Amino acid sequence: MEKKKNVIGKHTPENVIFNIINYGVLTLLTLLCLYPMLHVLFASVSDPTTLISHRGLLLKPLGFTLSGYQLVFKDNSLLIGFKNTFLYVGLGTLVNMLITITMFFGGGLIPWFLMMRQIGCYNNMWAMILPTALNTWNMIILRTGFQSFPYDLEETAVIDGASQARILIDVILPLSKPVLAVIFLYYLVGNWNSWFNAMVLLKDRDRYPLQLLLKEILVMNDSSMTSVGSAGGVSVNSVQGATAYRELVKYCVTVIVTLPILCVYPFLQKYFVKGVFVGSIKG
Amino acid sequence: MKLKRKKDTFKTALRKDLKKNSFAYLLLVPVLLWYAVFCYAPMWGVLLAFKDYKPLLGFGGSPWVGLKHFKEFFSSPFLVRTVKNTFMLNIWGLAFGFTSPILLALLLNEIKAVRFKKVVQTITYMPHFISLVVICGMIHIFTQSGGILTQLVDWISGTEHASLLGYTDMFRPIYTFSGIWQNIGWDSIIYLSAMSSIDPGLYEAADIDGAGRLRKMWHVTLPQIRPTIIILFIFAVGGLMASGHEKIILLYNPLTYEKADVIASYVYRRGLQEASYSFATAVGLVSSVVNFLLLWFTNRVSKKYSEISVF
Repeated sequence: MEKKKNVIGKHTPENVIFNIINYGVLTLLTLLCLYPMLHVLFASVSDPTTLISHRGLLLKPLGFTLSGYQLVFKDNSLLIGFKNTFLYVGLGTLVNMLITITMFFGGGLIPWFLMMRQIGCYNNMWAMILPTALNTWNMIILRTGFQSFPYDLEETAVIDGASQARILIDVILPLSKPVLAVIFLYYLVGNWNSWFNAMVLLKDRDRYPLQLLLKEILVMNDSSMTSVGSAGGVSVNSVQGATAYRELVKYCVTVIVTLPILCVYPFLQKYFVKGVFVGSIKG
Repeated sequence: MKLKRKKDTFKTALRKDLKKNSFAYLLLVPVLLWYAVFCYAPMWGVLLAFKDYKPLLGFGGSPWVGLKHFKEFFSSPFLVRTVKNTFMLNIWGLAFGFTSPILLALLLNEIKAVRFKKVVQTITYMPHFISLVVICGMIHIFTQSGGILTQLVDWISGTEHASLLGYTDMFRPIYTFSGIWQNIGWDSIIYLSAMSSIDPGLYEAADIDGAGRLRKMWHVTLPQIRPTIIILFIFAVGGLMASGHEKIILLYNPLTYEKADVIASYVYRRGLQEASYSFATAVGLVSSVVNFLLLWFTNRVSKKYSEISVF
């Protein structure tokens, strides 16, 4: 961008107006993007009864309490969800990475579902790992990465008497570290966020990953956590209080599940962005 | 891996290659197996659409019924409703969701302050990594009665609203604009990269001709990223029928089925919730075919008028 220093710096009236509008619009857009996340964060530590009667924007926490988080962590269904998610994400991503080394016309949901059930990918851990073991899009990204290596490289290794396994391990893989990092992150985020397969293929609640439990709490408005209102050392003694706490728990749960990814994201941003570029070359 | 060799017939060439690159083929085996089981085997399953699947009889034993399920779908009111909703949601998506990242990229491209640009990018990319369930959870929180968005709508309209997700007319805006919120930053990356490779000479030439900033945006930047836009547009149309059923399932409810129920969500409801496997397979097949035709058609049109095509 620095190359185009030409007119952008000139102080003609048109430029000044343009810049003011442009910076203004972008600042507004950025704030719009940021606000919903902040709203949830602030709400999660606010006093629930003040919160529920609050009107208008939430620019800072209303009071301060961690009782919502206490409630969430007292109930162990979410912890089991966390454990399941870690298992599925960990093992799933591992399998992704191992196997890596139909986009428009598939069989459709139902035949796929019946097939999964038939081969035993139903209501067990494998249902969360095998169907998503490979992602065609990620494979294209990796292939593009491999193709960017000069052919001579392999040829030299062959002349030196390296076997194919050796070439893969000692030449190709070390060189592909950046692309592998990209794919790794894509799979990681994908596995962490996935819920649909879990909803379709899992039956037992104690196998549910985090996202599916979240769906029940946030979307179906069904939360067993708040019915045990006083469990977390927090006493909820009125119906109104229970409603308020149910809302508070929603905010807390959202923060808990989103924060890990959003915290690491700024450090990994450049890898994610790189993935978009690598993939687009052969798009 | 492809050292020079004399022209062989395919069979002997394959045999030679198998011997020479046995390791590579070994690595390929699990991948092929995976595709066979998880992608191609379910394709055989579309035959279910022409059968009456009974779990007790199994796939092979269930009786053939010909086009019964297709006839049922084509004569039901759900055909018009789901197809119309699918198209409408996607037209909203193409009109707003597809254009907004281009707009953001255009604006960002004019920014000179590197730090400001970085901050804007980091923050606008962020929602892309929030899971769909959480996004929809946030939508539910913000649009329930008394939620922050509901307050906004109340304030604009001057009347009080219950949960916005219960109004049929609200569904498309909520669906589309939450999608923009989530993806505007991320989707702009590819346009920004296309813009960064535009020849600066073009801008200098435009300067000499006395073009202002807006004119340069319109006459230099946009035409230069046209190929990128067209290719992404073809992809967007290609994914038209398949897109977003997860999000719809998370956001719709019986109150809004009239405008929210799309083909994919209908397949899910009939097939998995009501276990009408064969019927849902038939509906899914119809949507696959339409989808494929749409992709083919867009690609052709684009090839004809702009000489850009995906395949």
